Amino acid sequence: MLREFICIMCPQGCALQAEEENGKVLEVSGNTCPRGKEYAIQEITAPMRNIATSVKVENGELPLASVRLTGPIPKSKIFRAMDEIRKIYVKAPVKTGDIVIENLLGTGESVIITKTIHKI
Amino acid sequence: MRSVKEVSVAIIGGGPAGLAAAVRLYDKGIKDIVILEREKMPGGILRQCIHDGFGLTRFKETLSGPEYAQRFIDMAEERKIPYITDTTVLEITPDRKIYAASKNGILEIQAKAVILAMGCRERTRGAISIPGERPSGVYTAGVAQSYINLYNKMVGKEVVILGSGDIGMIMARRLTLEGAHVQAVFEIQPYSSGLPRNVEQCLRDYNIPLYLSHTVTDILGKERLEGVVVSRVDEHMQPIPGTEKTYTCDTLILSVGLIPENELSIGAGVTLDGRSKGAVVDENYQTDIEGIFAAGNVLHVHDLVDFVSREAESLADAVAAYIENGELRKCSLEVETDTNITHTIPQKISGEKSFLLSMRVRQPMKNCEIVISQGGQIIKKKNFKKALPAEMIQIPIDAEKLNSSENLEVSAIC
Ligand SMILES: Cc1cc2nc3c(=O)[nH]c(=O)nc-3n(C[C@H](O)[C@H](O)[C@H](O)COP(=O)(O)OP(=O)(O)OC[C@H]3O[C@@H](n4cnc5c(N)ncnc54)[C@H](O)[C@@H]3O)c2cc1C
Ligand code: SF4
Repeated sequence: MLREFICIMCPQGCALQAEEENGKVLEVSGNTCPRGKEYAIQEITAPMRNIATSVKVENGELPLASVRLTGPIPKSKIFRAMDEIRKIYVKAPVKTGDIVIENLLGTGESVIITKTIHKI
Repeated sequence: MRSVKEVSVAIIGGGPAGLAAAVRLYDKGIKDIVILEREKMPGGILRQCIHDGFGLTRFKETLSGPEYAQRFIDMAEERKIPYITDTTVLEITPDRKIYAASKNGILEIQAKAVILAMGCRERTRGAISIPGERPSGVYTAGVAQSYINLYNKMVGKEVVILGSGDIGMIMARRLTLEGAHVQAVFEIQPYSSGLPRNVEQCLRDYNIPLYLSHTVTDILGKERLEGVVVSRVDEHMQPIPGTEKTYTCDTLILSVGLIPENELSIGAGVTLDGRSKGAVVDENYQTDIEGIFAAGNVLHVHDLVDFVSREAESLADAVAAYIENGELRKCSLEVETDTNITHTIPQKISGEKSFLLSMRVRQPMKNCEIVISQGGQIIKKKNFKKALPAEMIQIPIDAEKLNSSENLEVSAIC
């Protein structure tokens, strides 16, 4: 079966075509660089995504600090990951790179702060 | 009596463009500079763009907006470059005097060079005039983004998005992650106005349909939005009677484009380009008012911040030369385009300096060739498998290939 999708690994957004049979990728075309091929194989066998959201901050100059994951996690875990992150409260100050959850849902990836928030 | 502060360079706006220009100027030995920023903190619009995808070109890794901004803030702080926050510039005069409102009253600054780096603002519903009521629940995408990402205020539960700009699509995903139901994105053009990767990762990933050639033709509700009427449009973008469909929703997000923020530039006497909505600049990013320069979203809307930083650095190189020599080479040649290209930056050149030519195509094109020539002589050609209005095209032009007597012609040929 021919599957068509856009590579999201860089802003170029190449249109990929992948020939797939029973979950196995036979051929990839349309990619400008090797990362596109890797992405196509990943996307068909086990799609992964990174997410960005925020956690609540007490005593900060802003009520929220933005966070992201250190790397992509299985797409199917995104909404469960959001539920876990929603439970978090941090106390200001926090700084870019601070870890707020380690090994999120056993994925091996952590949730890190992406915006420094000073105390008020 | 008010004292007038004198500086070599005053930078209006502490976003990525202003910060990158400041750092580069400093490193070139121009240290007598000041950044004026309206908000409490520098960083510009990136502070609310918490998604990742920034910095791939610049830092070879994918960062969130705040992280990208922080790298430049850190560089400015390491160099102790002064920035004054909570300060809104009210006026710039053609002889480069700046009036700004700060916590301590009105600031007056006389600068040898002024860098315009005010960024852009969003088009609003007024600008595109949808008929119907004006209930609450209608937001521009950037405003919704700041409510959710900066102030922890959710905008609504049942959402419709008008316009497929990148920020609208990014907000579709963000709202979905926050538990809202995004029913659909409607785009009046027959193609998406945002990047294909955002259609993929923000809409397709969450099964949010994108309807092309559709627009909102009525807004329902008195106090709070209750729904919108959507119609298909014909090839002239006119709604087709009989295709109306009502969507029940409490929130409408508008992502109908950005326009450079140029009130101050106009006041300073700077000539704007009706196509880019930013200043007319030469290869030095100098406007037609001597000593006033512009880069970043105030000059033309960028899709990638990495290119904003690079543009601001090239500007800073020229400003440093201007400060040192007191003038720059005159640029009297025009950059002309055919109808397939909406606009270029720069619009004027000397023919004696290498520069980066930025442009956008008017509509999606497949297997096209961008041809750059002077007096019929081809200077450079570049092939594109696809060219989209959503993706800025940048082509470096080598001075050695140019002459200094004929205008430059840019065309896109299919
Ligand atoms: C909502 C949104 C989402 C985006 N998403 C992405 C993305 O996903 N990936 C990507 O690479 N790029 C993205 N971009 C583009 C990128 O963020 C911009 O190209 C970049 O931020 C532009 O930088 P700038 O410095 O020109 O403008 P800005 O970041 O807008 O900075 C301008 C600064 O000038 C200040 N200012 C304005 N007027 C005055 C005044 N009168 N006095 C004092 N200060 C003033 C403002 O407060 C602001 O801090 C996005 C842009 C927007 C608007
Ligand atoms: S294939 Fe390579 S160039 Fe194309 S979008 Fe993917 S990462 Fe970018």
